[in-house]
Amino acid sequence: MQPLIQVEYLVKRYSSRGVLGSGEVVSALNEVSFSVAPGKTLALVGASGSGKSTLALCLACLERSTSGRIWFEGRDIAALDEKQLRAVRPQIQLVFQDPASSLNPRFTALEIVTEPLLVQRKWGTREMHERALALLERIGLSRGMASRRTGEFSGGQRQRLAIARALSLAPKLLILDEALSSLDCSVQAQIANLLLELQSSFVLTYLFITHDLAMAAHLGDEIAVMNRGRIVEQGVPEKVLGAPSHEATRGLVAATPGSIVTPRMPGGL
Amino acid sequence: MASILEVRNLHVAYFSRTGVASSAIVDVSFSVRPGEILGVLGESGSGKSTLAASLLRLLPASGNIQQGSILFEGRDVLQADPRELESIRGRRIALIDQEPSVALHPTMRVGDQIGEVLAAHEYLDKKVRRERVRQILEALFPAETERISSSYPHQLSGGQRQRVLIAQAIACGPSMVVADEPTASLDPTTQREILSVFQSLRQKFGLAIILITHNPSLLAGLADRVLVLYAGSVAEIGPTDSVLSSPLHPYTRALLRCLPPPLCGADEANRKTKLPVIAGDSPNPAWLFPGCRFEPRCKDRFETCREREPAAVSLSEGHTVSCFKFGG
Repeated sequence: MQPLIQVEYLVKRYSSRGVLGSGEVVSALNEVSFSVAPGKTLALVGASGSGKSTLALCLACLERSTSGRIWFEGRDIAALDEKQLRAVRPQIQLVFQDPASSLNPRFTALEIVTEPLLVQRKWGTREMHERALALLERIGLSRGMASRRTGEFSGGQRQRLAIARALSLAPKLLILDEALSSLDCSVQAQIANLLLELQSSFVLTYLFITHDLAMAAHLGDEIAVMNRGRIVEQGVPEKVLGAPSHEATRGLVAATPGSIVTPRMPGGL
Repeated sequence: MASILEVRNLHVAYFSRTGVASSAIVDVSFSVRPGEILGVLGESGSGKSTLAASLLRLLPASGNIQQGSILFEGRDVLQADPRELESIRGRRIALIDQEPSVALHPTMRVGDQIGEVLAAHEYLDKKVRRERVRQILEALFPAETERISSSYPHQLSGGQRQRVLIAQAIACGPSMVVADEPTASLDPTTQREILSVFQSLRQKFGLAIILITHNPSLLAGLADRVLVLYAGSVAEIGPTDSVLSSPLHPYTRALLRCLPPPLCGADEANRKTKLPVIAGDSPNPAWLFPGCRFEPRCKDRFETCREREPAAVSLSEGHTVSCFKFGG
């Protein structure tokens, strides 16, 4: 199948300007290449500072890559100018880690989900509201909650809201940057299930960035391991985590406890 | 062995400006032995941070300890006058808070910030104090004591900052440390490192540690016992292995089932399948009805559960559960 997104030799360098102008150059991404097929999930894992979030920002065209190509539906979006990007941006959306800071506290749930529609100026007020309300219901918030402000929701509900906002423009690719990390375990399970449901009903493609290897193995069709700006290993979860070939992967696996907790007991709960 | 901390029938409530009470801690009892690591497992709204603050009487003005007793090293913390409290806080019990980036002063060097803790508790000659700071930092950063000491917090990584907080906490040689989600903002590799620091402090100094977290997998292999908190009440408490691998309370069982399968058990057939969830809404702090607080979400509930609260029943060595299924 034709991949939805294909990244080739993506490089991102930041230069920190020194006092005398002679800056130090930091390579956040170093010739990163991968592709994701439509409707699939690539889980991206790696230690802090390995370049995961930079990659997310480059794919969402919020950061300009230094070199390399990002093929999205047959176009190299890394080469597009700002005007051309306007057509691409709705198709690639982001969900961040902390819904408390990614949602405007003055907005109601309805306003949060309507805002992206407003920016696109394609719909009338009534249609926008209908779309927003339908979406809120789809992600598990009742119509009655639409007029509540974001601060009145629990952490899990806020993250649902952030997902609804990301989905409001019917994107094809959703970048989930640590989207479950700030949630309680029981809420993580709920949101993970929601993501699975949404993926199968809207044929969404996910880039799921996480620290949680168990969740990466559960949600990912494939896992890619990043280390110092490079993807050092990629493949199906059983292979990458079961028989890691790179030192960085082995380090991550060793740091994951998990195996001690065996909640799936025989005898059925 | 005699316990170092003894909490009995603790009740804590918060009052809104209009005087409406919502209870955060309901009839919580437990004890901690010297040198023991007690894991407190609870989700948002379980009252775990309230519990931490209550132990040091650091509740905000809207919070009120309504009943119960907290005996620490034989002294009743709840009866202590301000002066006595000062000699307990920091010196005998230290608190490590959630966010290492907020807890440190941004424009003070790390070494000075640790010196400040010492100065607050005892008068020391400058030279002696500096030497003590060096010793404390050496315990946590054996390879780069000097560099860390003269650094500002922003020059350190998240894990290093968390170590600095630990250094502050142990500066006055307390016998117990209360750590509230000490690794929440760190990546798994750094998390492991910090947890092993706790382990070695326990071994070196016989420190008792209350480790508060929402993540059950952090406690495995680290805590001696686990206390599971749900909506301000103790669901169950027992040795870590038995609570995590054969949980008794319906809440603990449901919570542990929510976790994605452990790495060794992951296989293709289960991948991308729905995870079990706990039905119903998170607990409401304004709950005023009698009965078990988990009842509305419990699969195993029966009539009695709505009528009164279950009592704690001791089942096997030290494993106690508050549920009518077990006779509570």
